[in-house]
Amino acid sequence: MKRVYAREEVCAGCKLCEVHCIVAHSQYPNDIVKAFKKGVLPVSRVIVEEDRPVSFALQCRHCQDAPCTKACITGAMHRDLETGIVINNEERCVGCWTCILACPFGAIKRDESGEKVASKCDLCSAGDGVPACVANCPNDALVFEERE
Amino acid sequence: MSLDYTTPEFLIERNRDRCIDCKVCVNQCANEAHIYDEEEKRVVSDDIKCVNCHRCVALCPTRALTVRRYPLEYRQNAGWTAHDINSIYRQAASGGILLTGMGTDRNYPIFWDHLLLNASQVTNPSIDPLREPMELKTFLGRKPDSLKIENGRLAEKLPPQLELEVPVMFGAMSFGSVSLNVQKSLARAAAESGTFFNTGEGGLHRDLYRYGGSAIVQVASGRFGVYSEYLNAGAAVEIKIGQGAKPGIGGHLPGEKVGREVSLTRMIPEGSDAISPAPHHDIYSIEDLGQLIYSLKEATNYQKPVSVKIAAVHNVAAIASGIARAGADIITIDGLRGGTGATPLRTRDNVGIPIELALAAVDSRLREEGIRHRVSLVVAGSIRNSADIVKAVALGADAVYIGSAALISLGCHMCQKCYTGKCNWGIATQDPNLVKRLNPDIGAQRATNLLRAWSLEIKELLGGMGINALESLRGNRLMLRGVGLSEKELQILGVKAAGE
Repeated sequence: MKRVYAREEVCAGCKLCEVHCIVAHSQYPNDIVKAFKKGVLPVSRVIVEEDRPVSFALQCRHCQDAPCTKACITGAMHRDLETGIVINNEERCVGCWTCILACPFGAIKRDESGEKVASKCDLCSAGDGVPACVANCPNDALVFEERE
Repeated sequence: MSLDYTTPEFLIERNRDRCIDCKVCVNQCANEAHIYDEEEKRVVSDDIKCVNCHRCVALCPTRALTVRRYPLEYRQNAGWTAHDINSIYRQAASGGILLTGMGTDRNYPIFWDHLLLNASQVTNPSIDPLREPMELKTFLGRKPDSLKIENGRLAEKLPPQLELEVPVMFGAMSFGSVSLNVQKSLARAAAESGTFFNTGEGGLHRDLYRYGGSAIVQVASGRFGVYSEYLNAGAAVEIKIGQGAKPGIGGHLPGEKVGREVSLTRMIPEGSDAISPAPHHDIYSIEDLGQLIYSLKEATNYQKPVSVKIAAVHNVAAIASGIARAGADIITIDGLRGGTGATPLRTRDNVGIPIELALAAVDSRLREEGIRHRVSLVVAGSIRNSADIVKAVALGADAVYIGSAALISLGCHMCQKCYTGKCNWGIATQDPNLVKRLNPDIGAQRATNLLRAWSLEIKELLGGMGINALESLRGNRLMLRGVGLSEKELQILGVKAAGE
């Protein structure tokens, strides 16, 4: 499956990926200003890890054998059989954070802006095509591609 | 601390209706002009630190930022401008020479803008480059006095030539003054486009040896990174005598910029200042220059053309004649408006002559002396677009170097702060945080695009004149007419006035 890969050597650390991730998962995915100024601001599902000059954007790796799906006590965290994308069904999530403990990458975050739920990258599966972080990276430091 | 009299040069305007306090501007400004106020939970700006490089403006996701000239005005005075007054404030505070970057921004005449090109109408057909073949191929190097042909073939070997698909090369910008990603971008673009990049005086980084076939390797007064393998790695060797932005003075790369990679490439200790003396201490005459030219030819087995680069100064024509006679294959002339990574402001803004006049004078002089074929002429210093190139070729140039234009294609916004090492676009810096901002994949593509776009435009202009090969335009000053020029300027340029 296609995944998002970071090219650390050209990551400028601008964190526009975080901004656009927030917008894509907000109530106003097509209006940055409104997304930030109105309603509840979701947390970014992509995290720019920094130890300057090293920086890169990290998000769920959508593991083949995802530990979070096994750890989930309600079955909310699951792997979509068709697309292979690991998704959290927020309706079922109770916010126990077991998935956070299990994730070897630290790619799951707590979202307590509304109902307490685990928040993670869904590869922008609601939209079509390229994830928002990749589409808006100003330096092509994120790529969305199939790799062995 | 006493009062600092300097005032901001620029005003950062933040549209609060659009700003989302995302802090992208904060993390992108190496000058720290944007700050996040933790207590107020909002981003604020400090105008005095802004250099107007547009990094924040370009990256702001909501287009909330604008930068303007600071509106503070001094009492009107035709003689004492704000520039004059502020320069004195700065020097009274520092006691030092004023430094700057890029080419001069003073209002000297730009002769390209006073020269107009011809086009065919009725009596001679123009050519449509989309339908008919057009040739921009250019050979740089010494041409023989006469051609001996036997059985339809050349009987004698031609002196070494550089073969260019477009008459545009990337000018000398050393690794040290610019980042490795700049050189990687330009090296790849040059290889892709069938032209050359120039290493500048900082040696050739080991990662770039594979682009050696597209490199012109420079030998300057500091001799940084010069050794046999380096000379033989390039397609040509260039002796740098002078530079348009700072004729008559040397160079100084501060020790802070000499990190591990620069140190290995320049072959100097890490952290040491790289000082290029003003003159080559072994060249005090044309004869001395001849010795170095032939030393380099000997070192490269007479297989590579040797170029000599000089700044356009008052006696440029006589000097060029001497250089041709000393055995150079290519003469590169860098004009008054040529750029640099760092130069004393007063030198940049007051020394040298415009490239257009220098080019015309040199070409005329070499023709008069019957030695024009012995050298190719490459001009540099403020070539801004394809029309400038066509005019340069018509005035007598064989090819041009572009430096500033190449950097602009990579993202340079001409803020003139190259010398600070804080280039927010990852160009004129060695700071690993900033260097990463220039992705060489994107850079190579953009520089290649620029050359492609310009070559299409050059073909369009040539076609309009009814010319199908750039070679036919070379030195064809009848294709130029001057507007708004004095009799003397027209005479030096060797062009007729419009209407004549």
